[in-house]
Amino acid sequence: MTSAFVDQFRQAPPEGPAWLTAVRRRAMARFEQVGFPTTRNEDWHFTNPAPIAEASFVPMPAGHGTLTPGDLSPWLFGQDDWPLLVFVNGRYVPSLSRLRVETGGVKVMSLAAAMLEEPSLLERHLTRRADVEDVSQVFSAINTGLMSDGAVVQVQAGVTAARPIHLLYVTDAAADGGVSHPRTLLVAEPGSGATIIEQYVSAGGGGYFTNALTEAWIGDGASLTHYRLQREARNAFHVGTATVHQERDSHLFSFSFSTGALLSRINVYAGLHGPGCGATLNGLYMLDGSQHCDHQTRIVHSQPGCYSRELYKGVLDDASHGVFNGKVYVHPEAQKTDGKQTNNALLLSERARIDTKPQLEIFADDVKCTHGATVGRIDESALFYMKSRGIPNREARRLLTYAFAAEVLETIQVDALRDQLERLTLARFTGDAEGR
Amino acid sequence: MLQINDLHASAGGNEILRGITLSIDSGEVHAIMGPNGSGKSTLAQVLAGHPGYDVTAGSVTYRGRDLLEMEPEERAQAGVFLAFQYPVEIPGVSNAYFLRSAYNEIRKARGEAEADPLEFLDIVAGKLELVDMDDTMLTRSVNTGFSGGEKKRNEILQLAVLDPTLAILDETDSGLDIDALRTVADGVNRLRGRDNAFLVVTHYQRLLNYIVPDVVHVLIDGRIARSGGKELALELEDRGYDWLEAEAVAGGGA
Repeated sequence: MTSAFVDQFRQAPPEGPAWLTAVRRRAMARFEQVGFPTTRNEDWHFTNPAPIAEASFVPMPAGHGTLTPGDLSPWLFGQDDWPLLVFVNGRYVPSLSRLRVETGGVKVMSLAAAMLEEPSLLERHLTRRADVEDVSQVFSAINTGLMSDGAVVQVQAGVTAARPIHLLYVTDAAADGGVSHPRTLLVAEPGSGATIIEQYVSAGGGGYFTNALTEAWIGDGASLTHYRLQREARNAFHVGTATVHQERDSHLFSFSFSTGALLSRINVYAGLHGPGCGATLNGLYMLDGSQHCDHQTRIVHSQPGCYSRELYKGVLDDASHGVFNGKVYVHPEAQKTDGKQTNNALLLSERARIDTKPQLEIFADDVKCTHGATVGRIDESALFYMKSRGIPNREARRLLTYAFAAEVLETIQVDALRDQLERLTLARFTGDAEGR
Repeated sequence: MLQINDLHASAGGNEILRGITLSIDSGEVHAIMGPNGSGKSTLAQVLAGHPGYDVTAGSVTYRGRDLLEMEPEERAQAGVFLAFQYPVEIPGVSNAYFLRSAYNEIRKARGEAEADPLEFLDIVAGKLELVDMDDTMLTRSVNTGFSGGEKKRNEILQLAVLDPTLAILDETDSGLDIDALRTVADGVNRLRGRDNAFLVVTHYQRLLNYIVPDVVHVLIDGRIARSGGKELALELEDRGYDWLEAEAVAGGGA
């Protein structure tokens, strides 16, 4: 049985330059060869992708239906001078977007436009970071084969983008049963700086599949801050990978916020390929009902004198299931590596479950690498203390849960975004629909 | 205000309180003294509604209501306050938010209007000075990283802000140097009034030099072995608890 994705690629391969067509063919051939992973694959041990593999998702319909700029307000952060690219069902929608703000040295455009206007930029970077050969990453291969639109951001050398750039991927009610393969390319040239907010949301729910892939390249001395928000519909599927390549003395701050989808798998891969780099990978996932969310992070230290920091927190209610797998590889050349990984989960129900797996492989001898994982419940002594001050049980639990999450939310450097996510987090624990 | 009648309580199957009877009226300060393990802190925790203790017999009536039937938060809303021996750290919840939430819950229960953050700051400002703390502590997480003295002063700050009818101080003096002890005691003395009452649990007499009690009860092995005036505390300071323990064994028999 061949996958619907293979059929689709054969019947209607997306357009693009010749070099890309060749890459697409190789990627899809690889997928056809290895198929979807099963739970026998170590990287998918706790997450069974069968519900995605067995569903026959069809390409999402074109057009953005009835969505108006006013409909976007739940996902915006009140800053109307930020560049905003809006995609509906995987396709760029200029009438909902705001691009006038590019001032010197920052290019923000859709992938479809970049195919025409920036062919050499794409040839240098697009498909160059993602690994489509890895049997664990067939979703990246599928995205590479079938991607047709997405976002491209390039910040030129020495330029710091003044405002966060918001990439908003919306799936609407017309896309029920559909799949999109949004592709994002971020290029921070040497000495530049940028903040990107990449957000996946749903207008009207449905059982769709988002198969997203982001590639980022951070040049010498550049810094990239990348917020990734997964707020898909409750019945949706989401697989998203961010693969970041770092050159000498560059910095990455990555934050994954994940609250949506029935089943989600989020991969954050950072390759520290020059000396003196730093990477911080933080995240917060909040699940309830029968939601399943799997984060896999991978930090590769291939050069000396780099540091990495990781703080992931999960709040799990009802019969939800969280997975955190944090890989850190330290190559023999990567002396003086300083790595720290922390994963904390808070279980709010007896039925909630977390599988957490730190995975450190260290081949250099002069390194400092630590990891720690905790799984806990609401602190009963703190609960009693709050109640003894007159705070009702429900409110006290909500506050303690929020406090657990707040530690990692506080690391968000964009005030408007942090405020919004703090509000969403509080709302989630009051049963307020906004927090879902 | 508070009538405790033949109160028995146990934890994990071990009986700790074995029949406590005492009565506190408005305007009074009662001290509970006793050696380690006599049940002093258990009594304080049981009155606040700690879920770790089972009340196996007896009754507690607070302003005409059955206190034991009330949830901890209902007790607090009705004016009962426990200053903890070991105040709990709550990382991620600011003191200001915590205190204002508590204050407003109690206001709500009294049918009074809630205070917004600005109004609340005014209310707290006056109380901070009472315990010699500055307002930077408001933005810190509840008790997190506080020194022992700061934690105890924070308890008294909460006491001052929440203005309870019955305040129970559980070994508030333990771990305090003499200056901090004086600050805490001064704070308590300024809060004493005709309409409230204090139950001061302490191992040592020295706190009672500063918070002068009307009645002193000595707890031995889960029972009140003796009650008396403030001079009883001084006698204990001189003679220790041994003579009362010996008497309890001889007199109690069982």
